[in-house]
Amino acid sequence: MTKLIKSHPRETGMFILLVLLCLITTFSTRQAGVEAPFNSKFLQQGNMTNLTNLIGMFGIFSIGVGLVIITAGIELSVGSMMSLLGVIFFCLINPIYHDVEWNHWVVALTVIGLGTFIGFFHGICVSKVKMQPFVVTLCGLLVYRGLARVISDDTSVSGSFHDFGALEAMCSGRFLGLKGPFWYLLIIACIMYVVLHRSVFGRYIYASGRNELATKYSGVNTDKVICGVYVICGLFTAFSAIMFLFYTSNVSPSVHGNFYELWGIAAAVLGGCSLRGGEGTIIGILIGTAVLQVLSNMVNLLGLPSALDYVIIGSVIFFGVFIDMMGPRIAAKFKQA
Amino acid sequence: MSESSNKPMFLELRGITKRFPGVLALNKVGFEIDEGEIVALIGENGAGKSTLMKVLGGVHQPDEGEIRIDGQVVTLSNVADANAQGIGFVHQELNNLDNIDVAGNVFLGREPRKTLGLIDRRRIHADTQPYLDRLGLDISASTKLDELSIGQQQLVEIAKALSMDARVIIMDEPTSSLTLSETERLLEVMAELKQQGIAIIYISHRLGEVHQCADRVIALKDGENSGRLTRDEINHDAMVTLMVGRELDAAHEHPETEKVPDYFKVEDLVTTAYPHKKLSFSVSAGEIMGFAGLVGAGRSEMAQAVFGVDQVLGGRMTLDGEDVPLNDTKAAIDQGIYLVPEDRKRTGLIIEMDLEKNTTLASVPKYARGGLINSREESRVTDEQIAALNIKTPTGKTAAMNLSGGNQQKVVLGKWLSMQPRVMIFDEPTRGIDVGAKGEIYSLMYKLAQQGVAIIMISSDMEEVLLVSDRIAVMRQGEINGILERNQFSEEAVMQLAVEKTEERFSA
Repeated sequence: MTKLIKSHPRETGMFILLVLLCLITTFSTRQAGVEAPFNSKFLQQGNMTNLTNLIGMFGIFSIGVGLVIITAGIELSVGSMMSLLGVIFFCLINPIYHDVEWNHWVVALTVIGLGTFIGFFHGICVSKVKMQPFVVTLCGLLVYRGLARVISDDTSVSGSFHDFGALEAMCSGRFLGLKGPFWYLLIIACIMYVVLHRSVFGRYIYASGRNELATKYSGVNTDKVICGVYVICGLFTAFSAIMFLFYTSNVSPSVHGNFYELWGIAAAVLGGCSLRGGEGTIIGILIGTAVLQVLSNMVNLLGLPSALDYVIIGSVIFFGVFIDMMGPRIAAKFKQA
Repeated sequence: MSESSNKPMFLELRGITKRFPGVLALNKVGFEIDEGEIVALIGENGAGKSTLMKVLGGVHQPDEGEIRIDGQVVTLSNVADANAQGIGFVHQELNNLDNIDVAGNVFLGREPRKTLGLIDRRRIHADTQPYLDRLGLDISASTKLDELSIGQQQLVEIAKALSMDARVIIMDEPTSSLTLSETERLLEVMAELKQQGIAIIYISHRLGEVHQCADRVIALKDGENSGRLTRDEINHDAMVTLMVGRELDAAHEHPETEKVPDYFKVEDLVTTAYPHKKLSFSVSAGEIMGFAGLVGAGRSEMAQAVFGVDQVLGGRMTLDGEDVPLNDTKAAIDQGIYLVPEDRKRTGLIIEMDLEKNTTLASVPKYARGGLINSREESRVTDEQIAALNIKTPTGKTAAMNLSGGNQQKVVLGKWLSMQPRVMIFDEPTRGIDVGAKGEIYSLMYKLAQQGVAIIMISSDMEEVLLVSDRIAVMRQGEINGILERNQFSEEAVMQLAVEKTEERFSA
């Protein structure tokens, strides 16, 4: 256990922060006249269900973004992809937008396939064409958002989910009081943990992120590895995009998924991924996601103006990374003195 | 030393001791140099040469001892102090910025300014030119640095030191990436500077060069002075004895091996670097074939083309009669053709990763079942290589960057040796490696040759090529200009083939 903590100082630090945040939120949202421990708004069933649901949806695509970051890449188009995929989903499913009514499973699979294809396209541009990931995905950010608005005539699109049965149950049904996305996150995290930390592919992800050239000189097809990571990111983004549809139940193309790419990057960076590549863990990304969502939840529950949301989140990320950089130096100073 | 004379040496370091946490890096080390003198500072990696020079350069402060300039004790608390005292440093890794021009580099950080703080471009160009002329560098001060050869860039670095009125210039491994002719040019420049009364401290592993240029040698071993040699005492064996403390015999034995001719054949290989030239050669099993030539002759490009990391435009390769696919590193590796690249930090290793991951990087699928890595198997293979190659490391979980250059190189070797090599290509295998580890790497090559591996060794170290090779292919401008048999070996013969006709193109 101590070995684990020593080898993962960032994850440990963030976990402690997460626990502290939960405690602070618990105590600062107590209500008078209700008996402990359920007097806290934070711990109430409704809040917990909602919070874990959000952690699930954000966590799934954050893992994808984190993997891309570990290969020293970046994915900026997540939010725009969410919007575009959402618009496409509703347009295909809702008979008022066209004549043929598609089966909802077909639509869901189409959306997932499309997301995966977008990831594949980014991957090819980055690995084969050698374009800079920042540029490729920045263009994606603009183009997909624009397309979403064009397709939808820049108006909010929606559809009713009542006939979807199993799909709806999958996306917003509950199991043990918590909604689907949270459980999917746990399953995906377990799988990706094994993939990243135990498999050959995972080893190649770290190696390509650290030193692509040296990895190539060992006979590894780094193009395939890097492309694969963008594909996974696209797939996970599409998967959580569908979850988000059942959460918001409509898509306003100009704001849906706004800044989600930055939430994903923030979660990964908070969790210990370095933008220089080669560093980061699945656990770290999970904790990073949870910290962000708990913070946002806290702002909400304390009745602070939601405009403060970004200020608080930005500051926490800043100081998290700041302490990570300065902590060892300050500790060394103390030792010297 | 001339302690008897009244005039003190221009620069003296006395009883310098420097401790780092847990290490005594320098123990009462003395060093002295006079104006117009070239003193070579030699020693194995980790002997304390760099630390001593960093003390002199103001980077480190000594715990004990004193530095005297013209007999006066001085304190050098930072680099600026050292510069002000006339101490200039030409670093091993060039610190030039290749996106700005020569003058900008020479005056970096000391730019003369006009009103509004803008750089006085006319003045820095005018001020730079005399230094370039003084070094015989026939270029304009407004040349972009990336248009210069490495040798020319090195001279720019020296110009920078001169522009700070340096009275002593420290050169740390200045020739390690220079061509033969550039090295010659640098040695000439050093002689000229010496005439002008400038003292030069010359750090190098290339003992031939030391022999050629040094007035005196001061040797360090394990952070202590291990001896001094005067001009007429300088010779290869004496220097090695001072550095290592023992004679190196193993490296001198060149064992006879059984050779199977035409084991690895390359026919009409066309590289992208020289698209109009064709390369053909064959290496016997059990043979060490040296590749000599100037830097830029296309040797590394040949190696990278054979290994499939550089694109090949045409040709054919066979190993033991079987075709080897071109442009396919994976296929080359599957056939047992391995490359130990020139730049181990960039292409040989993932320096931040541990030894285990580096050792198995090319073979990890072998230690995996269903895509999942068996880490116990990885540790076992790594520990085998650590023991077999005598790699000095705390454990297999240590990051490669924490090892010395020689041990890092052994990790690269271990990666391939764990996979039964059939053809091993070594590109500058001992660059920046100390004498002791060099001997070990030579012994290892001999051992591989005895096991029937075909070995290609690219080296710019003349001594090394002549010592280790069975045959030497000399390349010039993308072609093999001639192949020498052992009885034809001589420095002159190699040089002749390497520079024939177009020497000017490469000179500084």
